[in-house]
Amino acid sequence: MEVNQYLEMFIEESKEHLQACSEHLLELEKNPEDLAIVGEIFRSAHTLKGMSATMGFEDLADLTHKMENVLDAIRNEKIKVTPEIFDVVFESVDHLEEMVYDIADGGDGKRNVQETVAKLKNIELGEPVVAAKVLTKQTVEAPVPVEEVDFKLTYDDFEKTVILQSSEQEFNAYEISIALREDCLLKAARVFMVFEILEKNGDVIKSSPTVDKLEEEQFDNEFHVAYISKESAEDLQKMLMKVSEVDLVDVKEIGQDVFTQVTVSSAAQSEEITEAEIAATTEVVQAPVEQKANSNKASGGHATSKTIRVNIERLDILMNLFEELAIDRGRLLSIAADVNHGELNETVERMSRTMGDLQNIVLTMRMVPVETVFNRFPKMVRQLSRDLNKKIELNVIGAETELDRTVIDEIGDPLVHLIRNSVDHGIESPEVRRAKGKPAEGTVELRAYHSGNYVFIEIEDDGAGINRDRVLAKAISKGVVTHEQSLSMSDKQINELILASGFSTAEVISDVSGRGVGLDVVKTTIESLGGNISIESTQDVGSVFSIQLPLTLSIISVMLVEIESEIYAIPLSSIIETSIIRNSDILNAHNQKVIDFRGKVVPLVFLEEIFEVPRQEPKDDGFHSVVIVRKGDKLAGLVVDSFIGQQEIVLKSLGNYLTNIFAISGATILGNGKVALIVDCNALMK
Amino acid sequence: MTNAIEQKNLKVIVFQLADKEYAIPVSHVKGIEKLMHITRVPKTARYVKGVINLRGVVTPVIDLRERFDLPISGNEETTRIIIITLETMEVGFVVDSANDVLDIDASSIEQQPEVVGSFEEEFIAGVAKLDNRLLILLHLDKVLNPLD
Repeated sequence: MEVNQYLEMFIEESKEHLQACSEHLLELEKNPEDLAIVGEIFRSAHTLKGMSATMGFEDLADLTHKMENVLDAIRNEKIKVTPEIFDVVFESVDHLEEMVYDIADGGDGKRNVQETVAKLKNIELGEPVVAAKVLTKQTVEAPVPVEEVDFKLTYDDFEKTVILQSSEQEFNAYEISIALREDCLLKAARVFMVFEILEKNGDVIKSSPTVDKLEEEQFDNEFHVAYISKESAEDLQKMLMKVSEVDLVDVKEIGQDVFTQVTVSSAAQSEEITEAEIAATTEVVQAPVEQKANSNKASGGHATSKTIRVNIERLDILMNLFEELAIDRGRLLSIAADVNHGELNETVERMSRTMGDLQNIVLTMRMVPVETVFNRFPKMVRQLSRDLNKKIELNVIGAETELDRTVIDEIGDPLVHLIRNSVDHGIESPEVRRAKGKPAEGTVELRAYHSGNYVFIEIEDDGAGINRDRVLAKAISKGVVTHEQSLSMSDKQINELILASGFSTAEVISDVSGRGVGLDVVKTTIESLGGNISIESTQDVGSVFSIQLPLTLSIISVMLVEIESEIYAIPLSSIIETSIIRNSDILNAHNQKVIDFRGKVVPLVFLEEIFEVPRQEPKDDGFHSVVIVRKGDKLAGLVVDSFIGQQEIVLKSLGNYLTNIFAISGATILGNGKVALIVDCNALMK
Repeated sequence: MTNAIEQKNLKVIVFQLADKEYAIPVSHVKGIEKLMHITRVPKTARYVKGVINLRGVVTPVIDLRERFDLPISGNEETTRIIIITLETMEVGFVVDSANDVLDIDASSIEQQPEVVGSFEEEFIAGVAKLDNRLLILLHLDKVLNPLD
C-alpha cells in the first residue's frame, strides 16, 4: 500500500477523531450515565485504531486498542466510570494526539506509553469480565436471533410494494444481516465486496445504515440489507461468507406477514406527524422512520458537512488570477466609457456585477470558523483546573464565527496564553472564592462575534481581577513606567500594563503560565495581525480580555496618497483624519516640526524624506496635506503631496527577497496594474 | 546554481550585460518579461530597482548592472526582466537583452574564472567556452545574497 499518498488524509482524520473523543469525553464527564456518548467515543477510537493499523502505526493502534477495551467495558456496563478512569482516558487521548502530531511532523508516531497502557490494563482487569470476551459474546448474540421475527429494517410503502411484487414474480425477498469481524481493518472495502456479490445476484432495496454511511465506515461491525433475488437463502449465505473478514451472515426471508407488523410501527410514527406532513410525499414519512431505525445503530447523528480541503496556496493563486481580472475589468470599464457603445456598456456592467459576487465568494472561501481553535480549550481548561485544584467551567460562545484562515493560524497561541492566564491568575481557589461569597466554581467565558469589519474574541472570567496597586508597584519597580507617569494613568492604562514587555505579575512563576514569556508576546502577535487587545477588570469581580481582529488580512481599506509621482497606501485603521495645513501652522519643537491638532502637539513626519522620494523641483505652494495617524494613544501627522482617496485593496507581501523594509508593511496592485506600497504607520512612531 | 557545474549537460538562458554574455540554468528561470513599470521601494539597496506586478504577484527587481557595478545604461528596446526562482525567492533581473537558450557541455565549463578577473568574480560559478563565445555562469545564491 502506498502510504504517503494517504498520510495527509490520515493525519487530518485522526485529528478529527481525537477531537471528537475529547469533546465527547467532556460531555460524558457531565453525564456519566449516558452510554450513548460512550458509544460515540468508542466509534471514534475504533476507526482511529483501524486507520492507524492500516497505515502501519503500530503504537498508535495498540494504545487505541487498549483504550477501546476500557471504553467497551464501560459501554457494556462492566465498569463504572469514575474520575480516575476519565483521567486515564484523557491521558491516552493526549498521548494519541502527541503521536499523531509527531507523525504530522514527519516522525514515526512512536512514544513511550507503557504507564498509560498499564493503567488502562488495570482498569480493564479491575473487573472479572475481560472486555475482549464481552465483545465476542455481544457479536454472537446480535445476529443470531432465535426464530422470531426480528427484522432490523423498516420499510416504506414503496419498498413494501417492491417486495410484494418481487414475490409475485418468483423472486425471494430477504433481509440479510452481515457482521464483520471485530478486527476488520478495511470495513468499507468489505462492504463493497458484499454489495458486489449481492448486486450480481439480485437487487438491493435498502440498507441500514445507508450506503453513504457504510462507505464512510460509519457503522460498528454489523449492517443489514433488504434484498430480492432468485438465489436461495442458503446459497446467498455461502457466497457472502466467502468475503474475508465477514464473521456472520444471517439471511432471513421476508414474508408478507412482516408488513402487518411494520405498518403498525410506521402508523404509530405517522400519528406524531401533523396532517400537513402526511399529505407530503412518502419520502418525508420515510425520513423519520429511517432515522429511528438508525439511531439504535451506527449513525451518531454526525452530519457530515460537505466540504473539501483546499491547499491555501491554491486559494492564493485563485485570488491573484481574480485580481488580474479585476484590473482588466477596470480597463474595460474605462474603455467602454470612452467608446460609449450601448451594448458594450451593458455587457461590461453585467460582468462587473458578476465579478463582485465572485469576489465575495473568493474571499469567503478563506474563512474558517474559530471553532477550529476553540475546540482545544475545553480539554485544556479541564486539565488546568485539575492541576491547580480549582473548579472551573468554560463556556464557549460563538464558535461558528468565521475568520480568515491566516488569522486563525496565528490566534491560537495568544488565546492559549490568555486562557491560561485567566485560569491561573484570574480564578481563585474554591476556598478563597467561598470566602469572597462567590460560588466555588469559577467561570471562564470564551466569546467570539462579528461587529462591523472586525471579529471580537473575548475571554471573561469571574476571578480576582487585576490588583492595580500591585501592578503599578511592579511596573514602577521594573522601570516600565515612572512614578510621575503612574499618577496620571487611567485604570484602563494600568490594567494594560500587564501587557507591557518584561512584566509578569505572578509572584511565583507557576507551571501553568510562567513559561518565560509574558503577555507582551500576546500583544505583539495580535498587533502584527492588525488587531488590538484591551483589558477591563474590576478587583474581586473579574476581568475581560477583549481582542479585536480584522475580518480578513487580505483586504483592507486604505487611503491612497501621492508624493511626487509615487502612490502610497495608508491603512484606514490607523488614520484619525486628514487635514490641510498652512506653512505657518508648522511649529518647531527642538528639531522636530509639529502642529497643533485640536489642542494636542502632534509631530509631523515628512514621508518624502522618510521614503527618499526623488523630487524634480521643490514643491511649495504654502500648504501641506497631512494624514493624522495614531498608534495606541500617540499621534503623528504624515505629510504628503495630495490625497487620492479611499479604496479597498488586496494586501500582498513583497516576497521573500525583500524582507523588513523600513516603514513598508506590504504592497498592493492598483487598478492601472501598478504596484503601490503600504505604509506601516506603527514603524513611523516610536 | 552551485552544483550546476557537476551536471553533464546544462541548458541555460543567455543574456547580455554591457559587453559580456552571462548564463543562468534554465531550471531557475520562470520567464522573461519586457520592461514594465517598476515601483521604487524606499530604503533598499541601490541595485534593488523596486517591485513589479508580475501577473498579480508582487515581485522584486534587481538591476544586474548595478549589482555588478557595471556602468549604468538607459533602458533600451531590448531590455528584459528575467524572472528567477531560487528556493522560496522569486526575483527579476534587469538585463540588457536576453538572446538565447543553449546547451552547454559540462566539459566546456571551467571552474576558474581567472579569465574574467573583474569585480563580479564572487558572483561567478564558472565560465564556458562555446566556439568563440565566452559565457559567464552566474552563482545565483551569491547574486541574491547578502542583501544589505
